[in-house]
Formats: sequence, C-alpha cells, structure tokens
Amino acid sequence: MATKMGLFRIAANQLACLLKQTSLRGTTASSTRCMHFNYVPETPSQDHGETARMNFFQSITSAMDIAMASDPSAVLFGEDVAFGGVFRCSVGLKDKYGAERVFNSPLSEQGIVAFGIGIALTGSTAIAEIQFADYIFPAFDQLRSEAAMYRYRSGDLYDCGKLTVRAPCSAVGHGALYHSQSVESFFAHCSGLKVVMPRGPIQAKGLLLACIRDNNPCIFLEPKVLYRSAIEEVPVGDYELPLSQADVIVEGTDVTLIGWGTQVHVLRETAALAQQKLNVSCEVIDLVSILPWDVETVTKSVEKTGRVMISHEAPITMGFGAEVAATIQRECFLSLEAPVERVCGHDTPFPHVFEAFYMPDKWRCLEGIKKVVSY
Amino acid sequence: MLSSLRIGRSLANSWITGVIQGAHLSTASEASHTVMPYKLHLLENGPNTEVTYTREEALKFYKQMRMIRVMETTAGNLYKSKIIRGFCHLYSGQEAVAVGMEAAITPQDSVITAYRAHGWTYVRGISVHGVLAELTGRKTGCANGKGGSMHMYSPNFFGGNGIVGAQVPLGAGIAFAHKYQEQDNVCIALYGDGAANQGQLYEAFNMAKLWDLPCIFVCENNGFGMGTSAERAAASTTYYKRGDYVPGLWVDGMDVLAVKEATRFAKDFVLKNGPILIEAATYRYHGHSMSDPGTSYRTREEIQEVRQTRDPIGKFKEVIINAGLVTNEEIKKLEDEVKKEVGEAAELAKTDPELPLNELYTHIYVDPPKDMKVRGCDDSIWSDTR
Repeated sequence: MATKMGLFRIAANQLACLLKQTSLRGTTASSTRCMHFNYVPETPSQDHGETARMNFFQSITSAMDIAMASDPSAVLFGEDVAFGGVFRCSVGLKDKYGAERVFNSPLSEQGIVAFGIGIALTGSTAIAEIQFADYIFPAFDQLRSEAAMYRYRSGDLYDCGKLTVRAPCSAVGHGALYHSQSVESFFAHCSGLKVVMPRGPIQAKGLLLACIRDNNPCIFLEPKVLYRSAIEEVPVGDYELPLSQADVIVEGTDVTLIGWGTQVHVLRETAALAQQKLNVSCEVIDLVSILPWDVETVTKSVEKTGRVMISHEAPITMGFGAEVAATIQRECFLSLEAPVERVCGHDTPFPHVFEAFYMPDKWRCLEGIKKVVSY
Repeated sequence: MLSSLRIGRSLANSWITGVIQGAHLSTASEASHTVMPYKLHLLENGPNTEVTYTREEALKFYKQMRMIRVMETTAGNLYKSKIIRGFCHLYSGQEAVAVGMEAAITPQDSVITAYRAHGWTYVRGISVHGVLAELTGRKTGCANGKGGSMHMYSPNFFGGNGIVGAQVPLGAGIAFAHKYQEQDNVCIALYGDGAANQGQLYEAFNMAKLWDLPCIFVCENNGFGMGTSAERAAASTTYYKRGDYVPGLWVDGMDVLAVKEATRFAKDFVLKNGPILIEAATYRYHGHSMSDPGTSYRTREEIQEVRQTRDPIGKFKEVIINAGLVTNEEIKKLEDEVKKEVGEAAELAKTDPELPLNELYTHIYVDPPKDMKVRGCDDSIWSDTR
C-alpha cells in the first residue's frame, strides 16, 4: 500500500488544505489565505493507555483497524477505499485484512448504503464510506426508508444496527457547492438513525468505534478540514466514547456556546475573544451527537448561564440549532435572560466564490455573543 | 494490460489504413476516412465506416479540439496557482467526443453532461474566456462565477452536473420535451463509465424506451471511474449493451470523424425509433480531478502509450495532412491562434471583476415572495434577493 500512498496525497493536501481566503478581492495568484480557526489539541485520557501522534484521518484508520481486528464479520467498502480512500482514511487496511473485507464499490451511493443495510441485516458489521457527504443524497431513501425504520417496522425482529456510514462533511476552504455541505440536520429527522460528528482525533476514534459497535445504524460525519490539520496524541488501543453525550470543552459562567464538528473550534476561539474583549465568560459545549442528542448537558449549562448561542455551518433555517433552541426555550424558559441566538450558515446554497462571507466565523459569533449579553 | 491499450493498438492500425489521400494534395477540398468498425447492439445496420469530410471541417475540428486541449492545460495551471478554486475536472484526451458530436447536431438540439464539462461548454458556444472566467469565479464567467468547474451552461446546454449520474434522467426529460413540442431535435445525455453503475440511469433508459424518446445516451468510457478502472467497477464493461432493450453502438471516441458519423446516425435513429446508447471509447490524460495525480491506479507508460497511439488531436492532424486537406503551415497558424486566444482569455480570467457580494443572495428563487429577505449567519443579516 505504501506505493499507493501518493494516490490522493495531493488531493487530501488540497482538500484538507485548511486554508481559507481572507481576501476574496485579491485578483492575483498570490491571494492570501489562512485557516478560519486554530486547532487546539486535546489531552488523551489516562485511562486509555499508550498514545501515538495521529492526525484525524489516521485516528479514523486506527479505529477501523481495531474494529476489523476485533470483529471478523466487519467489512469496509466504498468508492476507492481499497486504495486508502481519497482522504487516506483506510490506508493499509486492504493489505492487512484482505480484498474480501476491504473493497472498492462502484460509484453507486444508493447501492453502497443499501448493500451495507443488507450486510447488517444478517448481523455482520458494515462500514460504508460515502466519499463526500454532499453525495449521500442518492442514498437518502435507503437511509431514511430502510435503515431508520427496519427495527421499528419489524417489531424488532430485524435491524441493520451494525451499519455505520462514514462521510466527510463541512467546509474546507474552497469546496464550493458539492464538496462543502453539512448534512446532519437532514438525518436528524429520521428517528432510528444515530448521527454523530466528532471534533478531533481522540474523540473521532472513540466515537467511531462506538458507532461501529452500536446496534443502531449510525451516520458518522467527519469534518474534512480536520483530516490533516487536527493532530493529537491518540490512544493506540481499543476504546469507545459514549454516544449521545455532549462535552463541555470550556467551562464558563455567562453564555453557553453550542456547536459540533469544526464549529466547536471556532466557538472555542470566540470564547477566548469574548473573555478578552468583552470580559464575558463563555461555556463551550460540543454537542457531539446530533441524534439522539444530550439535552441534559445543554439545559444544565443554560440554567447556569441564562444566555445561549448555537452555531453551525449548515444553513440557519431548519439547521439542527433550531431544534436545540426550541428545546432550550421550553426546558429553560425561566432561566433565560435573552433570546436564544443562532449564528449559522446562510440560507443559500453553499457558494463557490463567497465562502468566506458564508461562514459563521469567530467575528460573527462574537457579534452574536454581544447580542445575548446586551439584551 | 488494460483493455484500453488493446484498443489503442488496433486503433493505431486503423488510423494508418484510414489515410486515403496522398500527402501533397493540399488543395483537396474533401477526403474520405475509414473509421474503426462500430459494434452494434440490437441494430441491423450501423453508421458508415467510410466517412467523407471537407477541408473546412478538418480545420474546424482540429481548431476546436486543440482549443479545448490548450484551455484545459491552462486551467490546470491556473488551478495549481490557486487562482481556480473549488473542484476542477479536465477533459484532455476526450476532445473528439464533444467536437464530433457537436458537429452532427444543431444548436437547437440539447446536451446535458456531468462535471467534466469544460470542453462541452466550449463547443456549445461559450468562449474560452467564458469558461476560464467561470473557473476563476469572475463576473464574466458563463455562470457569473457562481458555478465553477462543474456547473457551466449555454443555450440548450443544460450543464454541468455535480452528482454522478444525476444528469441522465434529466436528459430523458429534455428529450421528452423535444418530442412533446414536436421539434425535430434530440437530447444527448452524457455520463462516464463510473456513472454507468448508478441506478438512476436504468430508470432513465426504461422511461426513454417506454415512451420512445429522442434521447442519445452517451457513455464516455475513459477507462476509470475516479481511481477505479472500469473492469474493477462494472460486471459488464460493454457499456453500449447495458441499455438492454435500448439499441447500442460502440464508437472509437478518439476519432472525431467516427464520433461525428455515429452521432449523425444516432440522431436520425432516435427521431424515428426512440433512444439509443452510444459508448465512446476514450481516455482521460489527467487525474479524475486536480487533486488526483492520476498515476497511482495506472502507469505513466499507459498514459504515454495512449498519447502516442490514440491521441485524438495528434492522430487527426496526421490524417488531415496526409489527406492533403491541410498543410503543416496552416496547422501551425491555427495553433498560434489557439495559443493566443487562450492566453488572452486566461489573462482576462485573472483580472476580470469578481461578483459583488449581494450576488451571494441572488438566484435562490425566481420572483421571490414580496419583501422576502434571505437570512444570513444570524437574525441580524437579512439580505434582499431577486
């Protein structure tokens, strides 16, 4: 596989290039670009033992490696995954586990997911990759009508709980309309599915293993901008992290900031800015699981702070922030000191030339905080 | 060795036997060319294997193919300089398909294709400047810079579609519209060998045949669906037969004259009989997209061999010079013109104005409800739309 390493190295370099235009007005070749957030590595839990330096895609590989090793029924398939995948997440796994267990599929998203549902119906473990979350929609019918409902409609006689669908998602700096979307809220409407979006390597590995082993069909959305930019000391062994449990990643007292995926990092920076510029103490929550989600951690925080801002890259209207906001107003009505604020993607298609303007960056988030504290 | 190379060798022979005219008749106005035999599925007769063409056609096809090649090379360079953003899929190697097909249809006929759309956009009437400026996201781009590489359009050219296979059923719908409006026009719906494995194609074939729609389905078989070769992705790689009950036709997609003749035949056929499926055997020199170097799943030698033995432009040049239709000097002059035009277009594409920011909010709906505003990142941003 080492000889194949070059395949999409440039691809991933460019895709996950982490760079973003700061000057869209620039008309020269040397238009300056920079990341729209800084990645802050986290510290692994002592409980999980020995660690190694891994980036996000390597932690995904590590999770799948362990899943394949510990479960002989597990198979991994998708477009170009036998080569290691366009984002390099499955590098080496075909050599290690054989072409019967790690294989390329045709370009057939509906087929990939349906095939995976079939495998999972027999009790085998299916790990399916959709190359970009933007391409998952041909498979939407299978996920919504088959995967999500199988258990319910059969009175628990059958299920495809051993299915996990992985898909790279969210903005990458220049992905334009069909390589940038955050699709979580489409699936949040489908009871029976689990939807998860990790924020970094340590978390991704533990959550992916949890998804693969969870007996419900899971959609695991990997923010592609993190594949190379997020590097941490990741436990090399087998560990799982709990699904449907949010993380308080920064503690604070004045405003609760809620996000998931890449946006958590934007919020972490916004919290620092708010402290520095406004002397406002923010509590940052990574929701982690979109479905089912951790209401308790959120409401507990909002009851403490009384003010809340939710932020995601997906368009604001009917983004998952709407559900979180509705729940907060009902559960925390008497604790709220200000209306719930949302800072999200625009209600437009993801733009080709206006990405920098579309994004809910830290400055827009800071404005949101100003509003909730000055209400 | 991949079957594409086997095709390559036999094709090379065909080109040699195909040269009919002597080398010195530079004043000839017409020549004849023998194409590689077509393969037929559910067809009693196929297109002509002897193709007659004029000097004007020779010059036009050569210039168009050359223009696409140089435009794509330029686009690749602009991408590497980070002037083109987004995704970028180059057509180099496949020029004969677009140029040959366009030569056999009229501007009133329709075309819809996938994301490898630059060449088709050009032959459907958009200038090189319009293509390159779209790639660089400028106002002067053919979609005002809002589409980028995968999304280019012109009259009766419906794009430019990002989702693999999604354009094919649309093509059936467009063909239905032509038939319903009693127009003598057809729709060409193109897809790749990778997309041939998408389920919605077969829904489209069924509807097209059921209702005898004037649709020419075209599989541009360039040998690879992204990084996976056709043989590894398809249970049947005889794509021209995969329409089952839809008659099919295999054509050498590296021979512009063969493509033109096949398309002429197909247009005539579909207007009388309903859909046909053409498989055009071609090759892509670049990777799937700019992020794929394109050399990990095939050898450099394979690409080199195709360039030497099957290249649609190089071989056509030999044919038309040997046929005495065009001189070396004329070719040189054409190439200089092409280089100049693309060079000037590239400069404009770098310096043309970008769209004003309010365009972020336009073209979401036509005639939006009165006073409708588009919400931005939060409830403080409500922008006008139109």
